[in-house]
Amino acid sequence: MSLAFDANKWWPAPLLPRADGRDWALLFVVTVLSFMAGLAAIGGFAGSRAAQGWRSEIAGSATVIVSAQGTDTPDAAAARAAEVVSGVEGVAEAQALSAAKAQALVGPLVGPAGLPPDLPYPRLVAVQLDPKAPASGADLDRALKAAGVDAVVDDHSRWTAQIMRAGGAFEAASVALFLLVLAALGAVVAFATRQGLTARRDVVDALHLAGATDSFIARLFQARFARSAAQAGLAGALLAIAVAGLIKMTTAGDQQLTALLPIAWRDLAAPAPFPLLGALVAAVTGRLTAMAALKDHP
Amino acid sequence: MRYGREPEVLKDISFELTRGSFHFLTGPSGSGKSTLLKLIYLAEQATRGRIEIFGQDLALLKRKDRPMMRRRIGVVFQEFRLLDHLSVFDNAALGPRIAGRKPASYRADVADLLAWVGLGDRMHAMPPALSGGEKQRLAIARAVINRPDILLADEPTGNVDDAMSLRILRLFVELNRVGATVLIASHDNDLVARSGKPVLNLEAGQLASHPGFDPEMAP
Repeated sequence: MSLAFDANKWWPAPLLPRADGRDWALLFVVTVLSFMAGLAAIGGFAGSRAAQGWRSEIAGSATVIVSAQGTDTPDAAAARAAEVVSGVEGVAEAQALSAAKAQALVGPLVGPAGLPPDLPYPRLVAVQLDPKAPASGADLDRALKAAGVDAVVDDHSRWTAQIMRAGGAFEAASVALFLLVLAALGAVVAFATRQGLTARRDVVDALHLAGATDSFIARLFQARFARSAAQAGLAGALLAIAVAGLIKMTTAGDQQLTALLPIAWRDLAAPAPFPLLGALVAAVTGRLTAMAALKDHP
Repeated sequence: MRYGREPEVLKDISFELTRGSFHFLTGPSGSGKSTLLKLIYLAEQATRGRIEIFGQDLALLKRKDRPMMRRRIGVVFQEFRLLDHLSVFDNAALGPRIAGRKPASYRADVADLLAWVGLGDRMHAMPPALSGGEKQRLAIARAVINRPDILLADEPTGNVDDAMSLRILRLFVELNRVGATVLIASHDNDLVARSGKPVLNLEAGQLASHPGFDPEMAP
């Protein structure tokens, strides 16, 4: 069978040779980087949501620690404190915890034997604040003092600040990791571009001597690496989505793990822009590197 | 002209090729023929002296202006420099493609030229599958497809038989007739003699003779 060449149907072939072993190595590295960046992005969103959840949970409540005074029994003092606090504007509900509940709270600290029955220990009042206009710890403290109740108000502000700091640090770490991955991608592409120019010196020289501009040649490498980065970025992103989805499904029944990393389904869309972003970084890096390297060619 | 700290490959050479002229460049191996061609097609820069092409001093030519000048110079390399991953047709079409022309505007020209150099039935072959002579003819087709103002050829008939040598010479003469300045480095004394064209003879990096050259007046 003869395959006649039809010039009218001819279309220019790619000027750079097809991918070789070096390009596969690049694809693999970019896939791994994209995977890591994808997990960082999903983790960043989930971590931020976790910190936000903890903060609103803690900030929406307060605890009043009541000590019995004079002839008051601890239960009566707690009930009185709960009544006083309930009347403060910005409080949704205040409930004195029973002796059993108060003991249960300190149980993990004192062991199964519990506290001796004759030991006086403070009672607690759990206060739920109005989420729209919550009362401050100072408001509660003022009201209790005015009513002559000997109590200490813990509005959890110390924990809130710590959680905010932890959440901020988690978000910053996610962003830093993401930027680091982008920088690594740029460095890898720059290295691959230089390698490509060296390995394909014959092609580059032939193009130069045929009148190709540096920009024309750089565009070939730019397009090659942008396409590779987009493909590898897509693979890495899909892998990250699959892994995060698996984590979400396998931890669905575990409240502690879910509270630590509450991945939402919409978080899985975070790596979606990676193919485009990877292509953009690779294109810019590839072009700049190629243009700089081509200066050494005649 | 010297490479690194090596002795000068070319020295004290002065000549002018007028527009539309046709010259052979002869001389023994190592006499500097290829280096002289490299200087003209801007693959090397002279370490001293002055080279002017199309009225422009190459030492003052900006990098961004080099591609445009190269597009006016067709080169047939001794070692062919074909792109092995591209077909015969793609190799021959390299010049117009780099010049930014649309494929439809040069497809037919490329096909005609390849047929003319005897590669009409090898258009989709890849260079590694070509014989030495076929590679040479492809290199020539690639060099002339853009109808260059200057055509340089380094041993263009080194791998072809006598009949093809004459055919290639006729192509060069034809290009010369339509205005191209032609300079061919060759060892083929028969071809040089049969062409009747003037000769620049290099020996040990110096111009030993050329039309109008008077050895008595040499520096």
